[in-house]
Amino acid sequence: MAENLSRVLTERFPSGLEVLSDAPGDETVAVGEAVLLDAMTWLKGRPLDYAMLLDLTCLDERPLGRGFTMVYHLLSLSRNHRLRVKVALAADAPAVGSLTGLWKNADWLEREVYDMFGVQFTGHPDLRRILMYEGFEGHPLRKDYPLRKRQPRLKERTPDA
Amino acid sequence: MKGAFITTRFEHMLGWARKYSLFQYPFITACCGIEYMSTACAHYDLDRFGAGLTRFSPRQADMLLVVGTITQKLAPVLKTVYDQMTEPKWVVAFGTCAVSGGIYNNYAVVQGIDRLIPVDIYIPGCPPRPEAVLDGLIKLQEKIQNERPEWRWRKT
Repeated sequence: MAENLSRVLTERFPSGLEVLSDAPGDETVAVGEAVLLDAMTWLKGRPLDYAMLLDLTCLDERPLGRGFTMVYHLLSLSRNHRLRVKVALAADAPAVGSLTGLWKNADWLEREVYDMFGVQFTGHPDLRRILMYEGFEGHPLRKDYPLRKRQPRLKERTPDA
Repeated sequence: MKGAFITTRFEHMLGWARKYSLFQYPFITACCGIEYMSTACAHYDLDRFGAGLTRFSPRQADMLLVVGTITQKLAPVLKTVYDQMTEPKWVVAFGTCAVSGGIYNNYAVVQGIDRLIPVDIYIPGCPPRPEAVLDGLIKLQEKIQNERPEWRWRKT
């Protein structure tokens, strides 16, 4: 199964796709930012049928000398199979196409990644913060966000002695 | 009882009346709520101490139980609830998160609700056992009993 999958994928996308792992249960592919939407559209349709977007998250790998990495987890209900798709993004002003057109639940997931990491999703219908409050500056899960930085929403009082 | 009479100080009577008729407003946000439920239900029975009547409007309550983590995003809500309560009112910080932010020393969590509103009793524990909650309640009752009438007005 795993061998078959990586063969199918590399045949369909000769460039812009790299199989990182074909260990059963841990299938991972890296996709170029340019072909992400094409690849996802194809993965969602026949024959692979990854109908469900399980999760979508991000890594800040700038301390390792790379940029940001988007990670998508797909599930094929008909074949009971999972696939992880990674997309490398730039270190400054990371941006990637939105998947809201393919999976509705990408809406809030992408808003969370935007809130926490500051990744811009082009084509997202309503890209604004989802967890942090209005007036919050910066993106708290970025590695360069100061660990002890506080932005109180209300003016804090001095506790009684 | 002809000719019988009692003497007392007015504050003493007021404190006695107040401490056994605490109407509580539980502001529950996290896992401490499970311990609150346990304390409020029949086994530990908060009602034995006169604090059994849960109000679901802060305007009718005089004891605010802040049970669980208060995030920065939630801070204005808690402040509004506190402001809506009528005097006299008392605040209990229930659990380590409400007391000091607990393990969540990060960008999202208020480092103790006393940075937002005055707190009367701190009950530490993650979460506190019902016995600890009852102990805290009894300490609050002692505090209410010994309050001077003007004490509250000077505080805020």
